[in-house]
Amino acid sequence: MTNPTQAIVGRGNREGAALFRDWFSGLNEAAEEGRGAAYVFVMGSFNEILKSFDLPVVFPEINSLQTAVRRVAHEYLEEAEDHGYSPDICGYVKADIGTQLRGGAHPMGRIPKPSIAVVTNACNTYLKWAEAWERMYEMPMVTIDIPGTRYAGGETWSGDRHFENDRKYVETQIRELIKTCEEVTGKRFDIDKLREVMGHANGISRGWKSLLDLNKHRPSVFSALTDGTIYLGVANGLRGDERGAKYFADLVEEMEFKVANKIGTTTEEEWRLIFVGVPCYPIFRRFNELFTEWKGTFVHSTYLWFASGGSNVGFEYELADPIASLAEGSLISVRDSMDSMFHHDRVVESMLDGFHVDGVVYHPIKSCRTVSTGLADGRRALGERTGVQSLFIESDMMDRRVVSEAQMKNRADAFFEGLAVRRNQELVSQ
Amino acid sequence: MSQNLFDSWRDQPLEEVLYQCRELYENTDFPTVRAWRDRGGKVLGHFQVYFPEEIVHAAGILPVKLRGGNIQPDKADSRFGSYLCSIIKTSLELALSDKIELDAFVTHPICDAARNLGAIWGRNYDYPCEILYLPQNPNSAASAEYLRGEYDRLQRMVERVAGAEINDEALRHSMAVFNRNRALMRELYEIKRQSPEKIAAEDAYALVALAGILPREEHNELLAYVLPMIRESAAKQEDRIRIVFEGAFCEQPPFDMVRSIGRSAYVVDDDFMIGLRWILSDVPRGRDPLRDLALSYIEDSSYSPVQHDLRKRKEEMLVRRVRAANADAVIVTAAKMCEPGLEEQVAYIHGLEREGIPFFVSEFEENQSSFSDLELQLETFMENLLFA
Repeated sequence: MTNPTQAIVGRGNREGAALFRDWFSGLNEAAEEGRGAAYVFVMGSFNEILKSFDLPVVFPEINSLQTAVRRVAHEYLEEAEDHGYSPDICGYVKADIGTQLRGGAHPMGRIPKPSIAVVTNACNTYLKWAEAWERMYEMPMVTIDIPGTRYAGGETWSGDRHFENDRKYVETQIRELIKTCEEVTGKRFDIDKLREVMGHANGISRGWKSLLDLNKHRPSVFSALTDGTIYLGVANGLRGDERGAKYFADLVEEMEFKVANKIGTTTEEEWRLIFVGVPCYPIFRRFNELFTEWKGTFVHSTYLWFASGGSNVGFEYELADPIASLAEGSLISVRDSMDSMFHHDRVVESMLDGFHVDGVVYHPIKSCRTVSTGLADGRRALGERTGVQSLFIESDMMDRRVVSEAQMKNRADAFFEGLAVRRNQELVSQ
Repeated sequence: MSQNLFDSWRDQPLEEVLYQCRELYENTDFPTVRAWRDRGGKVLGHFQVYFPEEIVHAAGILPVKLRGGNIQPDKADSRFGSYLCSIIKTSLELALSDKIELDAFVTHPICDAARNLGAIWGRNYDYPCEILYLPQNPNSAASAEYLRGEYDRLQRMVERVAGAEINDEALRHSMAVFNRNRALMRELYEIKRQSPEKIAAEDAYALVALAGILPREEHNELLAYVLPMIRESAAKQEDRIRIVFEGAFCEQPPFDMVRSIGRSAYVVDDDFMIGLRWILSDVPRGRDPLRDLALSYIEDSSYSPVQHDLRKRKEEMLVRRVRAANADAVIVTAAKMCEPGLEEQVAYIHGLEREGIPFFVSEFEENQSSFSDLELQLETFMENLLFA
């Protein structure tokens, strides 16, 4: 007989992995049946609209990172490079191009072809990426252009004339997306179905925000780097799905149980860290071990903010006026995900006290200029303002050719030695 | 005393004028911008590609196009990681090393690196550092109205920097100045297409680029003076390949690279400093100047890899450019580490292959100083075309 702890602890990871497999099985089924999918991105997927049309939703970013985790990314990258793509561009793009050139063959099953692509400008490479599909498949590419924050701290809100200018623009684009979905699927738009999907999305947003906050407790209840990535997959893939909403309600329950019973992660927690950047998927587990071996746990990461499309703000849609609310929510959430990439120093600073942070690990990568361009300067600014210690290690999220594990280990070891010296000095001075 | 910032070309013969322009273009101390500031003027720096300079001009502020430079990013390097294009670093270096002093900075969502520049600049300077969110969905029915609102927001920021309001009359006057400027640049490109032997590639390039660092009235005077002289020049046409140079929409190829290419081919069209030539015909000057500017951006503009527009598939636009210039071949370049440029190369290559248009693919970096390999490869490419 299982005791309550055995039943609840680890449930999120188990069920998350199962849901993830189910999702890919569904995609494989769609591909085998020749059904087209909606290709979308994590920062502003518009799952809400697409699911209301029963379109299978494909996240090529997730497909690509899976090739790296499964250590076959290099095959896909090389195939895209043979097709003309430079070694110096985003590895996600190239792994996906490789997948397309293979007719959708992927380690997790067959990926259906796109019948529509929906793309935001949260990452400019999204636009170039979708343009490549547009040329390959001659299918509709719908851009939802979401203006971001114009300067640090310059967010505007409902009622402000500039916010309303942005909101109207986003709302019109959503209405244009609905029209295109009607054309692609041959179905009439059903606003009640949209309300239902948005209600489930509300559940995920609510759960996501609560989940992240629960890691303020000592010991932290999940690893923001490893466990967090599993949760993130569900948050994106099952956004607007009833199973996704239930998953997050259960996950929050699990983490609250862990908090109440002071159950942490499998790592004894000595150092609480924040991760800034995109994970090192080619050596995903090993990268984490570089820190857990020193009893370092990742209590938060900017990745869980921006790669959730800004779900961290916990925006809940007003279902009485769903399209207007979707516009407002998308604007606020996607804008926030952009802020957590461009103004990461402010984001990290806001986490330092509440999450009792000892150090910050920056992981700029070759593949992603969106996330990586400003990390060095943000680190400089954050260090000057707060004095927090940090580590800066460059590699990649996809391309093992630029991942040097030994070099990273040396840097991580030195970082922890530095943290220990500083803690001792502080103790002595007290 | 002259109020002009750049006088050394006046009353000079063509060769001397072009020499003075090349010298000014290559001067990384930006003496005209410095002189403007020394006289008490304010400066707004805007990063590549397109920027509605008219709004800044109408406030009496000098809009300066930040396009990096052939300098080492000694101070800026520590603010960036690896795997980035050079222009991002050298543009910030211009500010950090006090080569250009600004009162405001604006960047655009042209690429992932450029968008970061707003936050980076803002962490280093107290003056306004913003992103102007030019629409990436010009195909939406709401894009023009949105852009009009965005220009209105920009105008308010500019007014705060200037300390004075911009009225519609001043804006319409600025639009006339810039319309004249773009018309003159179109005339220069017409000469390049029709009689490329009359103006060397690097000279045409410098002439256009100076628009980014001069008051536009002065640039108009310069072009109005020099264009008739170019038209009347007695240069003889040689048996050279006519090429289009594509890939310089943001980071600019080194001046010597353009010179090298110009020695073995006629560059009959290109995208050098395309942002300065983005609007294709005169912007109407109606009752709502901001709306007029917004509509021109969306409905009457050129193309580049960093503006998404379903009506402008880049490879099709490039083929049009090639046909319009009656070019024989294309040099398809991209700046090193330029994500959109490198991605677009694939579409360009496949598009040109479909059309049977010969092309030569390369990469460049603004700080590059050796071109011997490039010259050799280019010569081989040209010879293959000439003797095919």
